[in-house]
Amino acid sequence: MKRSIWQMPRARAAAFAVFARNFLVWRKLLGPAIVLNFGEPVIYLLGLGIGLGALVGDIGGLPYLVFLASGIVASSAMISVSFEGMYSVYTRMVPQKTFDAIMATPLDIDDIILGETVWAAFKGLLSAVAILIVAALLGAVPGGMMALWALPVVFLLGLAFAGPAIIMTAIADNYDFFNYYFVLVVTPMFMLSGVFFPIETLPGWMQTAVLILPLTHAIEVIRPLIVGEPVEHLFGHLAVLAGFAVVAYYVAVALVRRRLWD
Amino acid sequence: MLQEPVIRARGLVKCFGALRAVEGVDFDVPPARCFGFLGPNGAGKTTTLKMLMGLADFDAGELSVLGFELPAQARAIRARVGLVPQGDNLDPDFTVRENLFMYARFFGLTRREVAGRVDELLEFANLTHKADARVDQLSGGMQRRLTIARALVNDPDIVVLDEPTSGLDPQMRHVIWGRLSELRARGVTLVLTTHYMEEAERLCDELVVMDHGRILDQGSPGELIRRHVEPDVIELRGEVSDGVFATLSSMSSRCERHGTAVYVYTGAPTVILDFLGEADGLTVIHRRAGLEDVFLHLTGRELRE
Ligand SMILES: Nc1ncnc2c1ncn2[C@@H]1O[C@H](COP(=O)(O)OP(=O)(O)OP(=O)(O)O)[C@@H](O)[C@H]1O
Ligand SMILES: [Mg+2]
Repeated sequence: MKRSIWQMPRARAAAFAVFARNFLVWRKLLGPAIVLNFGEPVIYLLGLGIGLGALVGDIGGLPYLVFLASGIVASSAMISVSFEGMYSVYTRMVPQKTFDAIMATPLDIDDIILGETVWAAFKGLLSAVAILIVAALLGAVPGGMMALWALPVVFLLGLAFAGPAIIMTAIADNYDFFNYYFVLVVTPMFMLSGVFFPIETLPGWMQTAVLILPLTHAIEVIRPLIVGEPVEHLFGHLAVLAGFAVVAYYVAVALVRRRLWD
Repeated sequence: MLQEPVIRARGLVKCFGALRAVEGVDFDVPPARCFGFLGPNGAGKTTTLKMLMGLADFDAGELSVLGFELPAQARAIRARVGLVPQGDNLDPDFTVRENLFMYARFFGLTRREVAGRVDELLEFANLTHKADARVDQLSGGMQRRLTIARALVNDPDIVVLDEPTSGLDPQMRHVIWGRLSELRARGVTLVLTTHYMEEAERLCDELVVMDHGRILDQGSPGELIRRHVEPDVIELRGEVSDGVFATLSSMSSRCERHGTAVYVYTGAPTVILDFLGEADGLTVIHRRAGLEDVFLHLTGRELRE
C-alpha cells in the first residue's frame, strides 16, 4: 500500500503537456525573456571579449573573443537551466501549487519532473542560441555551420544541470536556500571549467578535480565544435553528461515524491 | 442499495508518523448520489479524499474506485475523477479559458476535443464574460466556480469536492448548490466535505460523520436526525436559573447548558413552551432539530486543535 519514493520513474509521453504549459507561459512573456537572452551575452562578449581580449591577445591559438564566446555558450546554458530548475520550479511547486493541480490528473511526479527537466534544458538551449547568434555577428564563430552541432550538446548539458537544480528545489524551504547552490556549485564551475581560461592553466591536481564537473566536459565538446576543430574523447564527455542527466533525474523524482507524497 | 458502489473502502488506515489520521473507516458510495463527509477540523476528511484520489498512501485497508484498485490503478482512477481541492490552485499565469484548456491537456485531451466543452463549462460556471480575464482578477467565488468547472473538464464520473463553498457568500453558495444538483441529476457521483450543515442537508443523499479518524455514524440526513436527536429543539438565551434548568430537565428528554444558552431536546414542545411562557427576560427559539444538533451530539462541543 506504501509507494516507495525510490521506485523506478515511469514517465510517459504525456509529460509533454507539462513542457507545453511552461512553453505557453513563456511565450506570453517573450519580450523580457528575449532582452535577458540577448542582452546579457552582448554585454559579456563586448565587455570581456573585446575589452579584455585586447589585453589578453590569443589563448590556445584562438582570439580571446572566440575562446570566451564558446565558453559562454555553455555556461549561460548552465546558469539559465539552474535558474529555471530552482526559482521557477520552486514557484510552481510551492507557492503556486501547480504541481498539486497536475497531480490530480493522470500525470504523476515522474511526468512532471520529466516535463520540467526538458523545459529547463530548452531554456538553456535558447540562451545558447542567442549567444551563438551574437557571437556569429561579432565574427567569433569560425566553425561556421559546424557550430550548430554544439546545440544538441548544449541540450544534453541542460538535462544534466536540470536534475541537480530540481533536487535543490525538492529540499528547499525558501528561495534563499538556492544561494548555497549558486555560490558552492554554479559559480565555481563558471570560474574553473574553462569558460574564461583554459583548464591547462590550473595547477595539476585541480585539472584532475575539474574533470568531475559536468560543465568542463560540455565545454571540451562545445568549444571545438564552435571553433571548427576536431573533438577529442567525444563519447567520453557525452557519457559523463548523460550519466549526470539520468542519475540526477532519478534522484530529483525521488526527492520531489518525498516532499509531495502524503 | 442494489447498484454496485462506485467507491468502496474497507478498514482504511492512514498514519502521519505517530498520528493516526484515519483509523479504519468503511464506506460505500452509491452511484449518481451525493455522499458527504462531515466532521470537525482535523477529523480526517481531506486525508480520506486524498486516499481515494490516489494522492495519499494508506497504511492498511482496501480501497477501490470505479472498479479500479488503489494504489495500483491510481492513474486510471484520476482519468475518470475530478477534484475540487480544499484550497484553489488555479494557474495564475493563464486566463480563465486557458486554465480549462491547459487542464484538459493534462488529461491527454486536445484543444479541438474540448473546445465545445470548455464553452459549456464557462457557461455552467457563469464565467463566459470573464473568459479572457486573468485568474487573479477574479473574486473568490469566481475562482471557486472556475475550480469546479476545471474539475469537470475530463467529463468525470465522480467529482470530489473538498469544502466547495467555504468562504463564499450565501448567494454564491446557492449558485454552487444549484450547479452541483444539476451534475448529480446528470448521473455524476458527488463526494463532498463541508462544515455547513445546511449544505449537507440540502445536497447529500448520504452522510458520514467523522471524528478523530473514525466514522461515528452514517445514513441519510433524515435518518441521522431521527436516530440521534429528538424532533424539536427549544433554545433559550439569557439567564436560566438552576431551578428552571432542573424543571426543564425533568420535562424533556435532554437538556444541556452551553455557554449562556440552554438547549432543550424534546418530542413534546408545547408543554415546555407553556411553562416558559411565564419566564421573563429569556429569548425562546423553537425549531426543528437539524444536522447541526446531530453533529454536536456526536462530536461534542469542545473546541478542536
Ligand atoms: N501531510 C500531513 N502530515 C502530517 N499530518 C497531517 C498531514 N495532513 C494531515 N495531517 C493531520 O491529519 C489529521 C487529519 O487531517 P485532515 O486534513 O484530513 O482533516 P480534515 O478533516 O480535512 O480537517 P479540516 O476540516 O480542517 O479540513 C489532522 O490532525 C492533520 O493535522
Ligand atoms: Mg480538510
